[in-house]
Amino acid sequence: MNNIGIEQILFISTALFFIGVYGLFTRRNMITMLMAVELILNSVNINFVSFNKYLYPERLDGVFFTIFIIAIAAAEAAVAIAIIINIYRNHQSIDVEDSEEMKY
Amino acid sequence: MNLNLLILIPVATAIGIIAVKGLPRVRMVALAGALVQFILSFVLFFSFRAERASGNQDPFVFTQYYKWFPSLNINYQIGVDGISIAMIMLTAFVVLAGVLISWRQEKWSKEYFLLLILLSTGAYGFFIALDLFTLFFFLEVAVIPKFLLIGIWGSGKKEYAAMKLALMLMGGSALVFVGLAGTYFFGGQSFDLSSGAHITMDPDKQMFFFPFLFVGFGIFTALFPFHTWVPDGHSSAPTAASMFLAGISMKLGGYGCLRAATWLMPEAAHYYQPLIIGLSTIAIIYGAFATLMQTDLKYINAYSSVSHCGFVLLGIGMLNETAINGAVMQMVSHGLMTALFFAAIGMVYDRTHTRMVKDIGGLLKITPFIGTVFILAGLCSLGLPGMSGFVAEMTVFMGGWQNPETLYRVATILACASIVVTAVYILRAAGKTMMGPLVNQEHALFSDAKWNERTAAFVLLTGILIMGLAPFIITDIIYPGTHVLMDKIASGASITNEIELLK
Amino acid sequence: MSNYDYISLIPILPIAGFVLIGLAGKKYFPALSGWLATLLIGTSAVLSLFTAYQYFIVDGAANGVYPQLLPVDMQWLQFTNTLSINMGILLDPISVMMLVVVTFVSLMVHIYSTGYMKGESRYATFFAYLQLFTFSMLGLVMSSNLFQIYIFWELVGVSSFLLIGFYFDKPSAVAASKKAFIVTRFADLFFLIGILITGVTAHSFNFTDIIANLTSPEFLKEYSATFLGFSVVTWALVLIFIGGAGKSAMFPLHIWLPDAMEGPTPVSALIHAATMVVAGVYLVARLFPVFAITGSGAIDVVAYIGIFSALFAALIACTQTDIKRVLAYSTMSQIGYMMFALGVSSQAHDAGFTASMFHLFTHAFFKSLLFLGAGLVIHAVHSNDMKDMGGLRKYLPITHITFLIGCLAIAGVPPFAGFFSKEGILHAAYTTHPDIYYVALVTSGLTAFYMFRLYFRIFWNKADIHLHHFHGEGAWSMKFPLLILATLSIAAGFVPFAHYVTATRTEGHMHTDIMFSIAPVLIGLLGIAVAMMWYKNENDRADKAVAMMRGVYRTAYHKFYIDELYIFITKKVIFNCIGRPAAWIDRNIVDGTMNFIALMTGEISDSIKGMQSGKVQGYAMYFFAGVIGLTLICLYIWM
Repeated sequence: MNNIGIEQILFISTALFFIGVYGLFTRRNMITMLMAVELILNSVNINFVSFNKYLYPERLDGVFFTIFIIAIAAAEAAVAIAIIINIYRNHQSIDVEDSEEMKY
Repeated sequence: MNLNLLILIPVATAIGIIAVKGLPRVRMVALAGALVQFILSFVLFFSFRAERASGNQDPFVFTQYYKWFPSLNINYQIGVDGISIAMIMLTAFVVLAGVLISWRQEKWSKEYFLLLILLSTGAYGFFIALDLFTLFFFLEVAVIPKFLLIGIWGSGKKEYAAMKLALMLMGGSALVFVGLAGTYFFGGQSFDLSSGAHITMDPDKQMFFFPFLFVGFGIFTALFPFHTWVPDGHSSAPTAASMFLAGISMKLGGYGCLRAATWLMPEAAHYYQPLIIGLSTIAIIYGAFATLMQTDLKYINAYSSVSHCGFVLLGIGMLNETAINGAVMQMVSHGLMTALFFAAIGMVYDRTHTRMVKDIGGLLKITPFIGTVFILAGLCSLGLPGMSGFVAEMTVFMGGWQNPETLYRVATILACASIVVTAVYILRAAGKTMMGPLVNQEHALFSDAKWNERTAAFVLLTGILIMGLAPFIITDIIYPGTHVLMDKIASGASITNEIELLK
Repeated sequence: MSNYDYISLIPILPIAGFVLIGLAGKKYFPALSGWLATLLIGTSAVLSLFTAYQYFIVDGAANGVYPQLLPVDMQWLQFTNTLSINMGILLDPISVMMLVVVTFVSLMVHIYSTGYMKGESRYATFFAYLQLFTFSMLGLVMSSNLFQIYIFWELVGVSSFLLIGFYFDKPSAVAASKKAFIVTRFADLFFLIGILITGVTAHSFNFTDIIANLTSPEFLKEYSATFLGFSVVTWALVLIFIGGAGKSAMFPLHIWLPDAMEGPTPVSALIHAATMVVAGVYLVARLFPVFAITGSGAIDVVAYIGIFSALFAALIACTQTDIKRVLAYSTMSQIGYMMFALGVSSQAHDAGFTASMFHLFTHAFFKSLLFLGAGLVIHAVHSNDMKDMGGLRKYLPITHITFLIGCLAIAGVPPFAGFFSKEGILHAAYTTHPDIYYVALVTSGLTAFYMFRLYFRIFWNKADIHLHHFHGEGAWSMKFPLLILATLSIAAGFVPFAHYVTATRTEGHMHTDIMFSIAPVLIGLLGIAVAMMWYKNENDRADKAVAMMRGVYRTAYHKFYIDELYIFITKKVIFNCIGRPAAWIDRNIVDGTMNFIALMTGEISDSIKGMQSGKVQGYAMYFFAGVIGLTLICLYIWM
């Protein structure tokens, strides 16, 4: 276990981030997009934790931030799902392409 | 006296207008407010004279100072000199007449009067401000009501006109703000006008920022080629708004050009002098000739305003004491006269529902009062002695002629020539609409002016005649004010010469 | 030294009358306003006569020179420390003389108008305007300051405008009033520029200072600035003279005067015969010492414009058939006489100055007499045209006699007033400018001819005619002024004028030379004889003569096509070539640019608004691309 370096972890988190970005750009379903956002957030969380561990092992700032992000992500998910439900009520659809009134 | 009253009374009037219901009450409140302000302007005039008589030789009197944004050195600072008192009195005359002319404004009367009063608040604040930021603040206050007044109560292409006017004036404000920022950052981190004589800017910076300030204010006062909002805006506006626009609002620009641009940056003013004189001469001549071809009474007066406001800029551009006095007098004179003219046109329009010259004729016989007012306004416009226009124009000409450069004398001659063209278009309009045979037999049934219209005309005529018959009353207060400005403006000449030598 | 404290009452009374009658007359005392106005002007006239008495008789010349008094002088509008417009009253021989003329003729016209305008619905307004005019004219002649004269100059212009256009529902009257105002205004532009030049050069607007400064030897030595080959003073004087020529209807600015006859006849008598039109002559006389600076050249312009106008107008007058227009051209011709009389004078030979002022004095009486008489004729036949007249001497006996006196006076038959003044002018011209003298001689023959053509065609010509709607010759209020003026047309010539008015304000003396007078008198009698032969009875001699000179006649009848030329220049050239393009450029180019900027802003925003697609993922893509781009930039900068 000791020979897992920061590079491997960063690789994972970067992969996770781009998977999330890819999901965000390509999925049409808002729930799926929300899930993709969660992936991005979690890749950030991994970064925080790992940098904390490898660069400043004596401090806990990164861990705290991660906890914050998890909490905020939960709140965000709640808000987002509420918005999505409202959109569904109006459009009978949660396809992101269908709600494009906010233009021009 | 406390200058804050000049702003507080319009504000109180506005609150009163909001509080009451129905046209009869609204207009009573508005009239009361305008009347109080009218009286107050006379009180100010006499107390100013008393103050000067008692030996107070400060450039600005009745000053007050409150911190506003201390961190940025922005202060609410007010005070008056002779020039601002002349402008305040002009505003009071025009506001009173404008409120009276709008006496039968049925449509949304509350909002209408509210906006008129708001516009006047901006003007009063502008003229008493001694801090450039305060000045700018009130300038903006005066712009917005115009947009609504034209857009809602206007006639013809009102949306287009309102938008054009608002955009061009806002553009002017934007330029003004750049100029103000320049004076702030390169003139000692201060917006203070009362110590304007001590603000010294590096000539190079002046050269850069002067055009912003001058053109910005110039747009308000129909500087060629940024005058095109004038014809459209004036002709679409309701009567009182036209009066305010031409009588007050265009004067904000002239006042700003003089007090902010020319005074604070005298070197640049001298440097750009040929350009200012050139543009204003073009405005005078070209405005006059363009007027010849107009067929709509309001367009005639609007284009003639372009020509007459050219005299203001010409006077400022000549940069000598006589010409600047003339410019200030022309501002007051043009304000009164053009307001009277618009009032007369409004009275005609209310009855005939047309403003086309060809559809009106022989009204002097049917409505002698309106006809007489129309002709008197026209005579004032063409500079008849005994009325304000003559006094102001002659002072500008005299000042212009004192400049020994041949080019400036040619400009003066061209400006003189415009008074002939003015006579032609005024007499054509008056001769066709007021004299001659009746064109439309339905017009024979018109009633002459109502009491409110008569009073409005009397108020403005009184101003015009006082200034025209006894100009010393007004020159007595203006001249010392100009003298203070000239101390600094004249100093600009030498430095400009040095710059040219260095090149 | 007498006391002149009352002097400011002379102009104040008429202006008070104007305000009072103008504001309240029509409503409260319409019938009385005529007599009120007459009373006020009568008081002014009495005061003026008293002033003249005090000035010329009681005080007289001190050491042989009449003083220049300044009983009133106040600063009105200050320009600089030295230059200001002052409102003052200057008393010197010519202004006192003019005071008398103006108030007296005005009084006569007021009395006449109470009868002539009776029944007019705007009776009170008419008198208010007359009062305004009289006030302005008095202010003009008493001016102590060049700018003050300009102020009143404009005021007489506007009162003339109001009076010509008095019948404002007649389009021709409106057109005539506009024409009069605009043409004189155009001339005033040059006057104004001349004033500006004079003021800056002489450092003052006061006449006494201007004359002192501009004629001082130091000034003449030092001031050699020239512009296009002439000195600044010459330019200023020529420009001022153009202003005077406009008011005095000198060629080529005369076109407004004949049309101005659209106004009521008393107005023509007052303004366009006796007072306002001589303002130009008065102006030149006022600045005469400056004009007379040797070598300035301005004085020659005055002389040649004057003589040309005299001849030119006389030629036209021979062909016109509207009796008021004949009188108008004769006025122009006589003013031409006054002008060239000034023009041929110099400081050394100032007889012309005296003669010019003398002619102004006598002309005021006999020309207003002729106009007022013509007014009665028009009243009787309800027409202005000669062909509707003839044989009127039985119907209008008093008019006939007085008109004959007026004609004899203007023709220069001794011992009528015109003889003396015209002899003076001709003599002055003869001694200095013989060329002008011969032209003037021909003109005086023409004058006699056309005046008697007018006289015979009105009062003789047809054997017996019926007048429809004839109600007698007119009220006494109309006939009385005729009698007074006729008396003066005889008597005024015997005033020892040179004793009072000379260019140097000294007491001069008139020299009459009987041998010299023979030629002019004979020429005048010849003109009368020809007119008598052609027009006394109905015959075809005149028609034959016309047929012989068809081309000349037609050109003169059409006033040498000057009006057409003006219309071409204004309507075609100025309106179409300057006004219309200016309006077009403004709407399409200047405003077009503004609209184009607005349009371009709209277009650009229109073309890039597609980016705001409303698609969230699109925005996310832009955002992401932006982040990548920024990252690359940052990397590039760091590397």
